[in-house]
Amino acid sequence: MDRSVQRRNEVAVSVQVLSRSATGDAPARANPAGGRARRHRPAGGWLRLVSPVALIGLWQILSSTGVLPPSRLVSPASIARTAYTLVVTNSPTYGTLQKSLLISAERWAIGLSIGITVAVLLAVVSGLSRFGEYALDPVVQALRSIPLLGLLPLFIVWFGIGELPKDLIVLLGALFPMYVNTFAGIRGVDPKLGELGQVLGLSKWELVRHVVLPGALPSALTGVRLSVIGSLLALVVGEQINANAGLGFMITTAQQFLQNNIIMVCLIVYAIIGLLADWGVRMVEGKALAWRRDFVQ
Amino acid sequence: MATRFRPVGAAATSSAAADSDSGQIAASVRGLTKRFGERVILDELNLDIRAGEFVAMIGRSGSGKSTLLRVLAGLDRSLSGSMTVAEPVAVAFQEPRLVPWKRVLANVTLGLRDPAQEQVATAALAEVGLAEQISAWPLTLSGGEAQRVSLARALVRSPSLLLLDEPFSALDALTRMSMHRLVLRLWARHRPAVLLVTHDVDEALALADRVLVLGSGRIAYSSTIDVERPRDRNHPELTELRNRLLSELGVPADATEAI
Repeated sequence: MDRSVQRRNEVAVSVQVLSRSATGDAPARANPAGGRARRHRPAGGWLRLVSPVALIGLWQILSSTGVLPPSRLVSPASIARTAYTLVVTNSPTYGTLQKSLLISAERWAIGLSIGITVAVLLAVVSGLSRFGEYALDPVVQALRSIPLLGLLPLFIVWFGIGELPKDLIVLLGALFPMYVNTFAGIRGVDPKLGELGQVLGLSKWELVRHVVLPGALPSALTGVRLSVIGSLLALVVGEQINANAGLGFMITTAQQFLQNNIIMVCLIVYAIIGLLADWGVRMVEGKALAWRRDFVQ
Repeated sequence: MATRFRPVGAAATSSAAADSDSGQIAASVRGLTKRFGERVILDELNLDIRAGEFVAMIGRSGSGKSTLLRVLAGLDRSLSGSMTVAEPVAVAFQEPRLVPWKRVLANVTLGLRDPAQEQVATAALAEVGLAEQISAWPLTLSGGEAQRVSLARALVRSPSLLLLDEPFSALDALTRMSMHRLVLRLWARHRPAVLLVTHDVDEALALADRVLVLGSGRIAYSSTIDVERPRDRNHPELTELRNRLLSELGVPADATEAI
């Protein structure tokens, strides 16, 4: 018994010497100054294009071989031809595709930016105070469950048939996912960091600025991604009634004339916008969330 | 050293005696009582920590040692009693509690208002052996490195009272030993009063001037340790004290030998 204790102490002593020569517990590291985050940054965003492009290729093959008849689903090549025609000719019914795109993009940008801003403000107020939560959260949660499509007729009665009801629909489509995620992000910040702030003597504002808001950012950025998609869906809804331009208008009109090609062109434009927007948010995430460990290899 | 009287709960009373002693006392606690429902966590507890003194507090889990530390840190105010604490107080928690989205240096300077904070923080990080890591993200650090950042963050505040809440308990044995040496070195240089809360008897024996055992909400046992540092674990005085402390904690001495 005695001897084993003795031996343990010898080991402890030699270990102390070892660990001292290795300057404590720090393992030797080639680039200790935050190099790790950089190494894990996703390689080439274009890789994300591979699977959509492969899907379109498969679709074209199925169409060319007659497995998918044009009466059900037109081929990608045919859609591309229609898109080209819509771009180069200014048809009396639709105008040009790019003009529709521009008008839709404007509505989307207005609704999305205001929607996100309002959502963040609401989430900060209800996330940071009990009073704010009780005052705002039940209302937002109740409104959230109302289908936007059902709201549209009312909006037309209240706000007319101009741009306002369409912008508002887009705004609501962006607001709810952004609010829910930002609120959850704020409430999800580790309360231990709140204690730390207290111990370090941070003011309430410093705590919000240095701890709460950056802590809520990952969740808020997920909110942005959902908002981008949510507002895009709302845009389609908003443009289907009482519009005379825009992608949603094109779809509705093409539906009346059974022009499936044009519907497909618009849907694909939506898909591309969604993909681009998602890519944009990812870029922001990569910059803003560099501190996070990336689990994807 | 500015002494601030910090009333605790409703029954706080000002203590003139403690104020006149403020040059010597880093923390003074009188009649501290804390209850969770029926359960009494701290029961009329009295404690004085002299300026520059290294005090270790041990106790079984649930003995209220962390509660006491939280009270001294100003994190828990829902209790009765009074206390005087020499400001500034700094805390190193059991988990390093680094803010993950701030780089190491920004973690250390967080909350500092001194314009020269960056140099001071850089020096503190160099002191704990992390000069190379000042711009690293906390999530890329090892457990020991993170805990050293936490120590640096506490040190830059030039604390009169440094509260250590089991800061080494999650570290491996090797890292813990090097952390012990680091803490002693930093303490010798900066001379804050230290209250180290731990469940590790050997840690207390290796580091402290005085060791307290918390039991039934009071200080059940207190002993000074006069052995010169660095201490030989098998110093007869330490062995004797270890057995005493273990029996105070309700662990028979021969039970640990068998492990």
